[in-house]
Amino acid sequence: MAGKAASPSVNSFKAVKVNAMTLVTIDKKSWAAGLTTAADAYGLFGPVKEKDYHQFKALEKGEMPDLNMVNTRLSPKSLLFPQSEEMLEYSLDESREDHHIMKEVARDDSPRAIIGIRPCDAKATLLVKLNFDTPDVKDPYWLNAYEATTFIGMACDTPLSTCFCTTAGCGPYHEEGLDMLVMDQGEAYLAKILTEKGKAFADAAGWKAPSEDAAAFDAGKKAAEGRIVSSVKTDNLADTDLLELHAAPFWDDVAFACLNCGTCTFSCPTCWCFDIQDEVHGKAGVRMKNWDSCMFPIFTVHTTGHNPRDTKTQRVRQRFMHKLKYFVDKYDAGIMCVGCGRCVRQCPVNIDIRRVCELMNSFKPEDTCAVQG
Amino acid sequence: MQNPYLPYPVRIDDITVEAEDKSLKTFKFVFLNDGDEDKFAYKAGQFAELSIPGKGEIPIGIASSPVESGFVSFTVNRAGVVTTHLHNMKVGDIMGLRGPLGNWYPWEHLEGKNVLIVGGGFAFTTLRSSIVYMLDPANRPKFGNIDVVYGARSPGMLLYKDELVTWEKRDDINMHITVDATDDPDWKYNVGFVPPITEQKAPQGGDDTYAIVCGPPIMIKFTQPVLEKLGYAHDHIIMSLENRMKCGFGMCGRCGIGKELVCKDGPVFTLDQINKTPREY
Repeated sequence: MAGKAASPSVNSFKAVKVNAMTLVTIDKKSWAAGLTTAADAYGLFGPVKEKDYHQFKALEKGEMPDLNMVNTRLSPKSLLFPQSEEMLEYSLDESREDHHIMKEVARDDSPRAIIGIRPCDAKATLLVKLNFDTPDVKDPYWLNAYEATTFIGMACDTPLSTCFCTTAGCGPYHEEGLDMLVMDQGEAYLAKILTEKGKAFADAAGWKAPSEDAAAFDAGKKAAEGRIVSSVKTDNLADTDLLELHAAPFWDDVAFACLNCGTCTFSCPTCWCFDIQDEVHGKAGVRMKNWDSCMFPIFTVHTTGHNPRDTKTQRVRQRFMHKLKYFVDKYDAGIMCVGCGRCVRQCPVNIDIRRVCELMNSFKPEDTCAVQG
Repeated sequence: MQNPYLPYPVRIDDITVEAEDKSLKTFKFVFLNDGDEDKFAYKAGQFAELSIPGKGEIPIGIASSPVESGFVSFTVNRAGVVTTHLHNMKVGDIMGLRGPLGNWYPWEHLEGKNVLIVGGGFAFTTLRSSIVYMLDPANRPKFGNIDVVYGARSPGMLLYKDELVTWEKRDDINMHITVDATDDPDWKYNVGFVPPITEQKAPQGGDDTYAIVCGPPIMIKFTQPVLEKLGYAHDHIIMSLENRMKCGFGMCGRCGIGKELVCKDGPVFTLDQINKTPREY
C-alpha cells in the first residue's frame, strides 16, 4: 500500500550541504534577540529546567533555552515521536453520515527548530529515520515533523563520565543530523551553518556576522573529545554469528538484576518501538500511537497466551541484540546507539550497555558449547 | 505521502459461520470508495489489518483470492477483544481494512513446479486463497501436480466445505482431506492427524516440488520430519509465521524474529530462512 517514492540510501545521512562551510559569530545579546525574531517564523523548542531535570519543551515567546546543562533526562526524540500521539479520528455516532470512517487528525507541521540539541541526539534522529522513512513505507507523522524541523545543535564541551559517543559513531562536535552546530566561546557563540535549513534559520534570526575562525571549532572538538573518558568496542559485532551471539552464555547474567521497568527504552534517543491503541470518549474516538518497550511482556504476547519472549532474559537479550547486532546486520550503519549514556545513568539496577557491548564484541563462539536456539 | 495507518473504509457484505462450534466466521467486505479495491491488489499469502474503530486492529490472512473480484474475505477465529467484537458485528456494518501487508507465497518461483499444500485447522485461509489462484483456468497450466492435505479436528470444523467437495471431484488437484476423529459412519475421507496422512499421501520431494505448510505449531512440529523423510529440502518447505503485530509494515518493532520482521520480511519464509533466525515466534 506504500508509495514507491525514491528513498535515500541507508548510508547517506547527509542533508543538503551548503556550498562552502559558513561560520557566523553571534554575540550573546544577538543570540537572544535572534531567537526572539526567529520565533516569528519558527516554533522553537529547547531545554528548560523543570524541578531537578532539564526537558525539551516548546519555548514561550521570549523564553530562552537553558544551555547550561549537559543533557536532558529524556531525549528530544519525543518532538518527532511523541510518547502519545493522535493519528486518526472517527465518530461512532450512527446518525452521522461518516460514522466509523477513520480520518487523519489535523496536524500542525509548520516550521519549528530545536535549539540546543546535542550532537548525539541529532545523530540518533538519523538512526530513527531509518525505521520511519523506508523505501516502501513512510510514517507521515514522524517524517512530516522531521521535515518541518531545523536542528540547531550545541557542541558538548562538558561530557559526563557515562558519555561514550566518540566510539558509538558520534562525538561531542559531530555534525550528522544537524543543520547548524553552535559552540560556546564565552562572550559569543560561534556557529557553523551546515545545511540550507540551517542557513534559512540563521537568516531568520539575523545572524550574519561572518567569522573565519574555523580553527576554533577544530580546537574545541579536539578538547571535547579528550574529555570523553569511556568507550565501547564494536569491531567484531558484524562478523560474529547472529545465532551464536543469541545463544551466548552471558544473557542470564546480564539480565539477572533487570526489573523490566523500561526506563532504558524510554530514555533512549534511538528506541522507536510503539503500540497502536484506540481511545473512545462518548461517541468520539481516536487511534493513538504510543511508545512501547521490548522490556514489557505484553509487547509480544499472542492472544493464545503464548509469548515468544516470555522471560526477562529473552527480553533483555532482544534489546541488546537489536541495538548491537540485528541493527548492525540490517543497515550496515554502525550500532543503534549514540553513546549518550542515558540508559547507563538511569538504570535502577546499573545494567550498563558498555559492559554488554564488551561481552558481545569479545564473544568467541568456539569457547562455548552453545546450542543453537 | 500516503498514510499507511489509514484504513480503507469497508462494509460487511456477508457473514458465513464456518465451524460447528461457531468459533470461525468468514467476513466478506466490499470497499466503500471507488478505486480502493484496485489499490488493495494483493497476492495469495498476504494479510491485512482488520480495523474496527474504537476497538483496534487484528492482522488476518486474506482468504479470498486475487482471481476473485468485487470483495475481499477473511476467516476469523474468535479469540481476543477485536475478533470477539467482529464476531458480534452484522452485515452492513462499517469498519476499516488496511493492507495488503507482508510478502506472499513465491508464485513466480513456483511456476512449473509441483505444489504440495499442507494445512491444519483455521490456518487454511491463505491456502484456500492459493488453491483458488492456482486452479484459475488462466493459472492452472503454469503449475505441475497440486496435492492438498487438509485436516481439522472433526468434519464440522473443516472450512469451505462446498469448495472442498468441488475440488475433491476435480482431476487436476489431489485432495487428501482428513479429520482427527469422527463418529460419522458416512465419512468417506481420511481419519488421522495431518502428519501421518501427509506421510501416506503426499508426493515425494525433489527439486521441482515445493511444500507450503500452514497450521498450528503442533502440526508443523510433527509435519517437518515427515517432509524431510519424503525428501523435501528446507529451502523447498515454505511456511507462514504469526506474531503479535501492530503496524503490519515493519515499524512498530514487536514481531521481530532476530533481524527479520514477520510482518514485513514475512509472514512467508522458507524453513531454510527460519533456521537462520532465533525463532522468536
